Amino acid sequence: MIYFFEQNCNNIYCVSSYRCHKKNKKSMLKIQKLHKSYPIGDSSLHVLKGIDLFVEKGEMVAIMGSSGSGKSTLLNIIGMLDEADEGKYILDEVPIKNLTEKKAAVYRNKFLGFIFQSFNLINYKNALENVALPLYYQGLKRKKRQEIAKFHLQKVGLLDWATHLPSELSGGQKQRVAIARALASNPKLLLADEPTGALDTTTSYDIMAFLQQLNNEGKTILIVTHEKDIAAMCKRIVRLKDGVIMEDNFVKQVKATVDV
Amino acid sequence: MFDTGLWREIFQSINKNRTRSVLSGFTVAFAILLFTILFGLANGLNNTFSEAFVDDAANAVFIRSGRTTKAHKGLQAGRRIQFKNQDYDYIKTDFEPSIEFITSRIYRNVVASYKNEKSNYSVRAVHPDHQYLEKTKVTQGRYINQRDMDMRNKSIVIGDLVRQDLFLKEDPVGKYVNLSGIAYQVVGAYKDDGGDNEERIIYMPLTTAQQIYGNNDFVDQINLTYDPKMNYDQAIDFGVDLEKKLKKRFTVAKNDQRAIRVFNMAMQNKGINQMTSVLGILILIIGMGTLIAGIVGISNIMIFIVKERTKEIGIRKALGASPRAIVSIILIESVVVTTTAGYVGLLAGVGILEWASPSLKTYFITDPSVSRSLVIAATLTLIAAGALAGYIPAKKASNIKPIVALRDD
Repeated sequence: MIYFFEQNCNNIYCVSSYRCHKKNKKSMLKIQKLHKSYPIGDSSLHVLKGIDLFVEKGEMVAIMGSSGSGKSTLLNIIGMLDEADEGKYILDEVPIKNLTEKKAAVYRNKFLGFIFQSFNLINYKNALENVALPLYYQGLKRKKRQEIAKFHLQKVGLLDWATHLPSELSGGQKQRVAIARALASNPKLLLADEPTGALDTTTSYDIMAFLQQLNNEGKTILIVTHEKDIAAMCKRIVRLKDGVIMEDNFVKQVKATVDV
Repeated sequence: MFDTGLWREIFQSINKNRTRSVLSGFTVAFAILLFTILFGLANGLNNTFSEAFVDDAANAVFIRSGRTTKAHKGLQAGRRIQFKNQDYDYIKTDFEPSIEFITSRIYRNVVASYKNEKSNYSVRAVHPDHQYLEKTKVTQGRYINQRDMDMRNKSIVIGDLVRQDLFLKEDPVGKYVNLSGIAYQVVGAYKDDGGDNEERIIYMPLTTAQQIYGNNDFVDQINLTYDPKMNYDQAIDFGVDLEKKLKKRFTVAKNDQRAIRVFNMAMQNKGINQMTSVLGILILIIGMGTLIAGIVGISNIMIFIVKERTKEIGIRKALGASPRAIVSIILIESVVVTTTAGYVGLLAGVGILEWASPSLKTYFITDPSVSRSLVIAATLTLIAAGALAGYIPAKKASNIKPIVALRDD
C-alpha cells in the first residue's frame, strides 16, 4: 500500500516536473498530502487520505470516482467551501491556509467560479441579476455590473432571457446562467460539481461543448463527475477511490458535439 | 450602510418575498396595534375617573351641621347646631396654614324676574373664595368680591342657564333682576363643568344675604380647600382634627354622626387614586404581555426566515459574500420590515381609537388616546428585539460553511 502510494505520488510528480520544464506553462493548482476527515458520532470518517494533485493553467480535468470516494470533498476544499485538516494547497501561487471567513470570501470571489449540479441560482433574481451578483460582492458600480453581466449572458447565448426568473428557464438555460455567473468575476479556476447531473444527454453535451470552448479560450476547469462520457470530454482524468488517487491519466479529448 | 446597492438588494428581497415580509410585518403591526388600543382604552378609563370629579376642587372639604343625636355633657339630644360667622373666622384662623381657600354658604330659594321672564332659582350667598372652590368660570363681568362683602352690595353673579332663561340674548351685566321682590344688579355670569344644576344657581355676597334674609350672622355650610401641597394622609388627618375640634367647640359627642359632618374629598380621592394606580399596573402588565408576545413572534419569524434563506446564504457565500454582508442584509431587512409594520400598527391603532372613541363613552371610556412617545418606545423595543432575534440566527448562518448551506436541497 505504501509502495503503491509513493509510486502514485512519484508518477504525478514526474508528470508535473515534465510539464514544468516547458517554461511558459504555469502551475494553477498545487495540492500536497491533503487530508480530510469528518466526525461521525464519536469516531471520524477519513475521507481524503493524502491527495497530491498538480494542475496547470489551461487544463481541463475530470475528477471521477464513485460516491463516497471523496471527489466532492476534494472539490469543496479546492473551492474553499470547506477546509482541509492537513496538507498544502497553493492556488495560482497563493498559499491557501488559515483562512478567515472574510478572506475565504474574497478568494472565492476573485479566484473561483462555481458551477453546481442543482444550478443554485437565487430564485427571486432574474438571470441578469444572478450573473451580476458576484460583481456586487466585488464592489463594482451597478452600471459596470450590468454591463459585464450582459456580456457574459450574451456569451452563453441567453441575453434575450436576461429578465427571466430561473423558474422560467429550462435546466440547460439555468446551467448556462450559472456558468455565466461563474465567469462573471473572471476567475482563474472554474469548479464544476456534476454540472450535467441534472440534465439530459443532449443538454449535457451542449453544456460540455460550452465548457470545452471556455477551456480552449484558456480557462482552467475542474469537473467532478461520475459519468464516463462526460469525463472523456476532458483532457485529463483523475480517478479517486476511498480517498486516494488511483489513476491520473491524460486522455485524448472527445469533442462534445451537439448531436441532433 | 448607505450603499445603494445594499438597499437595492434589501428592497428586492422584501419585494420578491412578499408573503414572508407581510407575515413578519403583520406580527409586529398587530402587536403594536393591540398595545396602542389597550393603552388607549386604559387611558380612557382613567380620563373618566378624573372627569367625574372636575366639578369641585379635588382638595375640597365640606362642613355641614345638623341636630345632635346624642345627649352630651348635660345637653339634650336633638339640639340644633348652627354655624355662625365666628365659626368661619375660628376655622380660618386656627387652621390657617392648612387652608387654601375658605367660604361660608347660605342657601335660599328665590323667584327671579327680569322684564317678562320669571323663574325659580337657588341662591348661594358666599365669600369671594367660593369661585376657586367650585371652579366657577366667569364668562362675563366679574365674580363677587371683597368690596361687595364689605358694602353688602346687592350684586349677583348668575349661571349660564339663568342668563339664558332671563336675558335670552341680552347682555346681563349691569342689569337689575328682581329676586323675590328685591332688585339686585347682575355683575357677572359664569359657567361650571358640574352640569346644568350648577349653572341654575345665583351667587350673592354672604353679608348681603345675612342682612336681608334674617338680619343675623348664621351660616348654613362652610366649604374649604386644604393646602394642595399636603398628601392624602396629611389631608385626612387635617379633616379628622378639624371635626374633632369643631365637635368640642359645639359640645357635641365625639361619636355623634349628625351634629357636625366634615366631608373630606381626600378620603374619596385616596380610594380613587389607589384604584387608578392598580389600573395602571394592570395596564402595564397587559402592555408588557402584548409586547413580549410580539417579541416572541418576531423572533420565531426571524429564525424561520434565516432557515428559509440558508441556501441563498450559501450561494451568496460561494459567490464571495463576506459574513458581514450576510448579517447586514438579513438584519437591515428585518429592521426595515419591523419599522414599517410598527408604524402601520401605530397608525391603525390610533385610527381605531379615534373612530371608536364616541361610541365608547357609554362604557366609561372617555377620550381614549396614547402618548406618541410611548408607542414609539414600544415600536423601538420591537425593532430592537427583531434585530437581536435576527442577529443571532443571521450570525450563525453567516458562519455556516457554504457547502453545508448548499447541501440541503
